[in-house]
Amino acid sequence: MTQRVAIVDFVQTKHGEALEENVRELTFGVVRKLLDRVDMDRSEIGTMISSSADYWQGTSCSNSYYYDAAGGNLKSGSKVTEDSVFALIYGMMRILSGHHRTALVVGVTKCSECPSENTLTNLAADPFFHRPVGLNTVVAEALQARMYLDQYGPSEEQIARVVVKNMSNAERNPYSHRGGKFSIGEILSSSMMAAPLRCMDVPSTSDGACALLLADEHTARQLTDKPVFIHGIGWSVDHTYIGDRDLLNGALPKAAEMAYSRAGVKNPSKEIDVVELSDVTSFHEIMWMEQLGLCDAGNGFRLVEQGVTALDGRLPVNPSGGLFGANPFVARGLIRVGEACLQLRGEAGDHQVPRVNKALAHSVHGLGGQSHSVVILGN
Amino acid sequence: MAVKSRIVKGFISLPYNWSMGPTTTRFYEEFKNKRIMGTRCEKCNRVLIPARSFCSGCFVETTNWVQVSDEGTIRTWVLINFSYEGQPMAPPYITGIIDLDGADVGLPHFVGGVELDDLETVAKKVRIGGRVKAVWKENREGHILDIDYFKPIN
Repeated sequence: MTQRVAIVDFVQTKHGEALEENVRELTFGVVRKLLDRVDMDRSEIGTMISSSADYWQGTSCSNSYYYDAAGGNLKSGSKVTEDSVFALIYGMMRILSGHHRTALVVGVTKCSECPSENTLTNLAADPFFHRPVGLNTVVAEALQARMYLDQYGPSEEQIARVVVKNMSNAERNPYSHRGGKFSIGEILSSSMMAAPLRCMDVPSTSDGACALLLADEHTARQLTDKPVFIHGIGWSVDHTYIGDRDLLNGALPKAAEMAYSRAGVKNPSKEIDVVELSDVTSFHEIMWMEQLGLCDAGNGFRLVEQGVTALDGRLPVNPSGGLFGANPFVARGLIRVGEACLQLRGEAGDHQVPRVNKALAHSVHGLGGQSHSVVILGN
Repeated sequence: MAVKSRIVKGFISLPYNWSMGPTTTRFYEEFKNKRIMGTRCEKCNRVLIPARSFCSGCFVETTNWVQVSDEGTIRTWVLINFSYEGQPMAPPYITGIIDLDGADVGLPHFVGGVELDDLETVAKKVRIGGRVKAVWKENREGHILDIDYFKPIN
């Protein structure tokens, strides 16, 4: 990339369950705080891109409800649904177009207000083949987890360590919805939800919002002393029909390859200092690590067991607590980018990882990881 | 005045009319005669089920219809033990992906005909690579659920 795009700042809500503010107020809250932090007037925002989902809000045009609350009143504004990292990518492109110096990217979801993830993602399945047999995210993820278990044979204890780690990290994150010290025994005594997945293998959903300001390099340096640069982005989508896919090697390796190549990353496990990925289940943190090329296939759970991915490990994964800490469905991907940003700026507080020069953020959308996006960030 | 936010309840139920398209319609018409049909891609030579009008990998139309077996192997499976609105049946039940003989892609469907009391017992009957055969409903209407489930055999 010839021109560089930077993240100027990032703000998130204290995520939670049944937050009292409505979607407009949550959105206003994060954008107002962001503008205050960078000492910028709303009139100076170049363009605004939001990310939310209609079914998850109960409004057939979710954005029409909060555009002005997100700072977009009488400005160019648009929405990217599905994955909020797509909104980041879109915002980046608007800056690279040369038409805007800054782009505000906003994500919001209040999962406490809508039907369950299981119900809404069953509606994401096609109506002729997949929907009538009840496919949804958790079912698809359990089908993948079973294949992983069969192929590589991790023990239940090895998988449960992901939950123990992420919940413990989340406890140190002031913005997380939940967190705490759990024993492996406690994870393994939670009931089987979709065998091989137990209830505690699957993070429940949250309410939350976040806002992030993008700018071209010149503008970013005027607005902040600590710009975080987007070194590379990549994304990829897989086949609609789940039976057509290789469920253990799908779109993620393609997305990662694209991001690494643009960022000039040759050896991700050596060059990346911290990873914020979308741990939709405990198994999936391990699968995504492997498919991101951070370790060999079938080796991820050993890294977790050895403490390599712990807060003080060689390659910390989800120091924020990941989705186990907070899971506002649409906003969660953008939060991964924001958390990676905090790590690079040394502003992550109690969950700060030492010596971060390059960070990876990952987001996933669709049944069984139909689409993935990967962002490489650096100072 | 400090007040607690009031919750307004809403319920949205809306009708849609989705066209299956002629290829999916024929695929389900064949179900009435207990036939599972796929279409073969002339370019990659794969037999694709459910039958479809194009191969999205090769990006060409597929018009060559072939019948596949209603027997196959379990690629993966999950024992569902949680509830949600819109669920196809009350749990527990098993969902799997079945690789039917003669097809090159899998079919997500139910695995049934086994006692579901206990995961260990289930895992003895239902396993990756295990053989299954379709159990067809008596009254078939041209729908994915004309197959009741796939039953483990041998």
